[in-house]
Amino acid sequence: MVYPRREILDPQGKAIRDALARVGIEGVEDVRAGKCFEVRLDHEDRDQALRQLLEMCQKLLANPVVEDYSVEILDGGRP
Amino acid sequence: MKCGVVVFPGSNCDHDIYHVFKHVLQQEAAFLWHQEETVAGCDLVVLPGGFAYGDYLRAGAMAALSPVMAAVKRHAEAGGLVLGICNGFQVLLEAGLLPGAMRHNASLRFVCRDVWVRVERADLPFTRRLRPGQLLRMPVAHAEGNYEDSPDRLDALEARRLVVFRYTGPAGEPDPDWNPNGAARAIAGLCNPAGNVLGLMPHPERCSEEVLGNTDGLEVLASAMESLNRPPAALAELAAPLGRSAGAAEVAR
Repeated sequence: MVYPRREILDPQGKAIRDALARVGIEGVEDVRAGKCFEVRLDHEDRDQALRQLLEMCQKLLANPVVEDYSVEILDGGRP
Repeated sequence: MKCGVVVFPGSNCDHDIYHVFKHVLQQEAAFLWHQEETVAGCDLVVLPGGFAYGDYLRAGAMAALSPVMAAVKRHAEAGGLVLGICNGFQVLLEAGLLPGAMRHNASLRFVCRDVWVRVERADLPFTRRLRPGQLLRMPVAHAEGNYEDSPDRLDALEARRLVVFRYTGPAGEPDPDWNPNGAARAIAGLCNPAGNVLGLMPHPERCSEEVLGNTDGLEVLASAMESLNRPPAALAELAAPLGRSAGAAEVAR
């Protein structure tokens, strides 16, 4: 998951929050709009997978100036 | 001087900037495909506007990793001039040649209109024909020009005088209503500490001929040319009004 950093205004998330109110969903304080990447690796070594995923985020998937990221490892693909 | 214009898949202002250097300023110009591994022979490398690689992932992110960018980095490190316009500015940020990042415009809309920018630095190769505080009218056309960085890093930019152009109102006054995208500190253009790399969101190549109704942009492009064409004869010629020869008008038609 890659999403805008907390301290940075997310105009897209704000527009979505306002639209949620318009479709009658109340109590939404904040929405952050990000991106989700599904990455399939050719091995099952969790430590290596974590290292690789973090490296992907640092080098390409996220821009650290404006974005944060988190990774989750799923065994055998989609849950 | 020779101007190299990088062509990424999705560049769409490449022919415009080529035209200005080749036909209006009557300089050597060449296209550089994104897979080229050298920019040898070019004095100025321009990263043009457009949507390189379809803006996939983030505007400029894929383009920053293309083979030609390694050559552009070497060119910049050696002191060569590099100019990034609009999408080209986004590529320079993603490539780390300039600090910071672009976010979607605060309005969430694609903005296409003329803006005013105030010249903050007139001592650069790209601004030597201008004076500090001068106002230029240039068009912008982008969805992601909302410049962003941490407050500390923005302060550092200001302290090092890296802001070259700032959005203002028509009298040069700071005015958030005239900031087309919500850019931090109204930043429209930035340079690196050495001053040989410039990125800006407005399009100088779209206002470089009288037939287009505005020649403010030509002053930026002609500054780069002038700083590279050292022979005194060439400088003397530049004292005359630019880009108004019959030949240039012919081409423009």
